[in-house]
Amino acid sequence: MKIVIIDYGAGNIQSIKFAFQRLGYEAVLSSDANEIREADKVIFPGVGEASSAMKKLRESKLDLIIPELRQPVLGICLGMQLMCHSSEEGNTQGLGIFDVDVLKFSNDVKVPQIGWNQINHLKSDLFKGIRENEHIYLVHSFYAPICKETIAQAEYGIVYSAALQKDNFYGTQFHPEKSSDAGEQILRNFLEGI
Amino acid sequence: MLTKRIIPCLDIKNGRTVKGVNFVDLRDAGDPVELAAIYAQSGADELVFLDISATEERRRTLADLVLRVAEKVNIPFTVGGGISSVEDVDILLHNGADKVSINSSAVKNPQLINELVAKFGSQCIVVAIDAKQIDGEWLVHLVGGKVPTELNLFEWAKEVEERGAGEILFTSMNHDGTKDGFANEALAKLSTQLNIPIIASGGAGKMHHFTDTFVEGKADAALAASVFHFKEIEIKDLKEELKRNNIAVRL
Repeated sequence: MKIVIIDYGAGNIQSIKFAFQRLGYEAVLSSDANEIREADKVIFPGVGEASSAMKKLRESKLDLIIPELRQPVLGICLGMQLMCHSSEEGNTQGLGIFDVDVLKFSNDVKVPQIGWNQINHLKSDLFKGIRENEHIYLVHSFYAPICKETIAQAEYGIVYSAALQKDNFYGTQFHPEKSSDAGEQILRNFLEGI
Repeated sequence: MLTKRIIPCLDIKNGRTVKGVNFVDLRDAGDPVELAAIYAQSGADELVFLDISATEERRRTLADLVLRVAEKVNIPFTVGGGISSVEDVDILLHNGADKVSINSSAVKNPQLINELVAKFGSQCIVVAIDAKQIDGEWLVHLVGGKVPTELNLFEWAKEVEERGAGEILFTSMNHDGTKDGFANEALAKLSTQLNIPIIASGGAGKMHHFTDTFVEGKADAALAASVFHFKEIEIKDLKEELKRNNIAVRL
């Protein structure tokens, strides 16, 4: 199986690469359009600020390539947010794969949300073997509201999308690569069950 | 529900753990990677590595260690100690650290916080503050709490938040090493005045100290070293105790 992690200068890519290694898979980093297109599974990572990450995607023309992919694609954290229609962060136009606008958490809660929260209302093979209310690790200030593409929910002041799916595109707001055994199971599901 | 975090802290010198540890099942008590993996399996929510080496080779040794930890450990970890530039942070994050913590360098050059946040995002920038209460006033201290400044803890913490830091790690020098509980009054004030997560540090001795710092101190996370290293408190027992006290934890 060929796993490509999209390398566009945003994100803690090393951790994702190591997480796959612990599962017995080698993932390669690439920004090459052909290599990404030919992969069996594609990971779209992202940490940091939305508008500058989107700018990097545009500079490398990856903004045109990602929405056209046909194999399973998993966006993580900011990667998932960039797959949405837009983000309030830096008034960013996203890739428009998920039909939802990313918003900032209100000041009724501490921002960023950092730590382990629970996911529930799980509905995807991505969560096979994962119990309702399992703990996963998140770090974020912006969130995708509940929408028709929501496949997992979390609660932080409001109920929001912890994961999204449309066709071959998957996104998790949490970091499966940092979410202990549950996170490793989710990554394994993405590789072996989808 | 977002849970309260329990964070063991490992002091590192030249790539090795410094303080003694009492883990019978450890092949090499000085190997931070092995210790980190054991903590990850025993229910720690996050780890902090604090580098206290002072050699020329420090940067490279720490970067290598981060890479080895990231390879083995499946929970988030923060690296701190002597970090003073964008380049330092770049290599540590690139090698797999989830967050970095800066301390003295932020006091000396507060603009560094803005620069790091602009380049890497708030979510990975922790500002550590060591403070001591002197004649009623909480003053920020530098160099591991040895050198006093004239900065007021609460004013500095507010500035740190305004400059974009994602989290504050507050160590009370009055409580550190006493094993007599965390500085809950100051912590509660920080947690109420600021809108970013606060990690409590300094004073852990008994399990109820953690309950107290989450309830009275309103802390979002609690950090400790020796109580975990010497197995005076098992993380699993601690979390069960917290749960009995209706504190949300990951079990």
